[in-house]
Amino acid sequence: MSALALSGAIEAGLLFSLVALGVYLSFRVLNFPDLTVDGSFPLGAAATAVAIVHGINPFVATAIGTVAGCCAGFVSAYLNVRFKILNLLAGILTMVALYSINLRVMGRPNISLYGEETIFTPIANLIDLGLWTNSVILLVIAVAMKLLVDWFLGTQVGLAVRASGENPVMARAQSVDNGRMTIIGMTLSNGLVGLAGALFAQSQGVADVSLGIGTIVTGLAALIIGETLFGSIKVAWATLGCLVGAVLYRLFIAAALSAGFLGIQAQDLNLVTAVVVAVAVILSQARRNSRFRLWPWLRRQVTQPQPQKG
Amino acid sequence: MLSVCDAYVTFNPGTPLAVPALRGVDLDIKEGEFVTVIGTNGAGKSTLLSAVAGDVRLDSGGIYIDGHDVTGRPTEQRAGMIGRVFQEPRAGTCSSLTVEENLALAASRGGRRGLRSALGRGRKKRELAEQLSRLGMGLEGRLGALAGTLSGGQRQALSLLMATLLPMKILILDEHTAALDPGAAATVLELSAEIAGEQKLTALMVTHSMRNSLDFGTRTIMMNAGRILLDIHGEERKGYDVPDLLNLFKKTTGSEVEDDQLILA
Repeated sequence: MSALALSGAIEAGLLFSLVALGVYLSFRVLNFPDLTVDGSFPLGAAATAVAIVHGINPFVATAIGTVAGCCAGFVSAYLNVRFKILNLLAGILTMVALYSINLRVMGRPNISLYGEETIFTPIANLIDLGLWTNSVILLVIAVAMKLLVDWFLGTQVGLAVRASGENPVMARAQSVDNGRMTIIGMTLSNGLVGLAGALFAQSQGVADVSLGIGTIVTGLAALIIGETLFGSIKVAWATLGCLVGAVLYRLFIAAALSAGFLGIQAQDLNLVTAVVVAVAVILSQARRNSRFRLWPWLRRQVTQPQPQKG
Repeated sequence: MLSVCDAYVTFNPGTPLAVPALRGVDLDIKEGEFVTVIGTNGAGKSTLLSAVAGDVRLDSGGIYIDGHDVTGRPTEQRAGMIGRVFQEPRAGTCSSLTVEENLALAASRGGRRGLRSALGRGRKKRELAEQLSRLGMGLEGRLGALAGTLSGGQRQALSLLMATLLPMKILILDEHTAALDPGAAATVLELSAEIAGEQKLTALMVTHSMRNSLDFGTRTIMMNAGRILLDIHGEERKGYDVPDLLNLFKKTTGSEVEDDQLILA
């Protein structure tokens, strides 16, 4: 693999680690299978790109993309909480609506940011690491977001969000308003995805209406790879898993592409992603605990353990 | 402290599966009373507790806690006034949260939750460990353990501590020892009585055992077919034994108690 392909893969991995963090919040913490992501990712990209083209400061533009993502998450959550629309459907409805909205936001199917100032330009002027500049900046952002999620889930509200996702009956008995927690969590989750889209547009130099396709599956793939490596129960490890999982996943894809493995080409990416996720989910369903180890799992299949008494 | 007035609840109303669960329940509990509730399966014991907690809405009637009309309030808005331990050990605690995090969640019950760190340090941590050690379950050294790794008895003891961590108006115990083995059940029951006595709690406890319903608490009510059948308290209660309850049941309903578990337990 060339250095260019390697740095590109790491860059994309770090971008998608933000998606994975968002997906962790919705799928795992809230237990809300949220498909809004496929719409909020290009929404973040579109809003930021339009803002930048209109001469708005790239940092402000990135914030706009993030807030746009937050709004998308809020809408899905609100549809689910207020109108009792099935969570899966609520996400799909928002996602479908966002396709049209993204076209409206951009006014055309894609916007090029070639030659525009992005958040990467001023930093690249300060410290120029050549090919790796973007990766380093994205690494800092990804780690910051990971720490932010860790911190949030350790606050009183964060704890309530976690309880509401895992055990809503118990949460209610502890005076937790489950609906509100869903809205808070989903807003944050899609804010992260919007941020990922905003950064994607700036690092790749383009926002496209179709770049959201498969975002959720890539995010899930990263999440599941991370969980297999670090376990899923402790928040700090799970979020670290999102970062590592996303980078590993993109590296794996890049390696498969460059080696011509099984004749995989760029257009096969979504198929590969879907297969990887399907296999990972099947494996993770077999695993009862946080870490999947093949041998204990096989042994458990043979001798069913007795439930703990006392 | 707690008043239930002419409460009616029907499940699946208007369908062939309609089940009247509460049919005009009137109950007044004074501050500091520990009421045990007994009755056959389907008598409406759990429905009554769920109605007080807010999980079941009344078709008609009212529920008042400490003078506040809570009839229309959802569960989470009454939870500040209510401490609750569920029947199923898994229901009352969060498996993927640590013992300390579960307690922290309970410590902010009824209050506003903000962006402050949920876990305390130093002194607060030691206080929690001290309270845990009083449970006698060996949990004081396991603040950082996931609740999912605890045994059923430990989880119920933790639930009990969570329920009684803050001052509250009513403690609701819904057959909270039914899913435990006999040893753990006895320990948790003793603990409940001890804590309730110490903090002078007003409590409502459903039990399946006639023996326990007389041995614990200060007042016993027996429910049948959605109504309160017997209400025994004060001096009168001291003279009661299990056969007396059975006789009274027979006299009032004209039928035998068919639920073996009620007699044997």
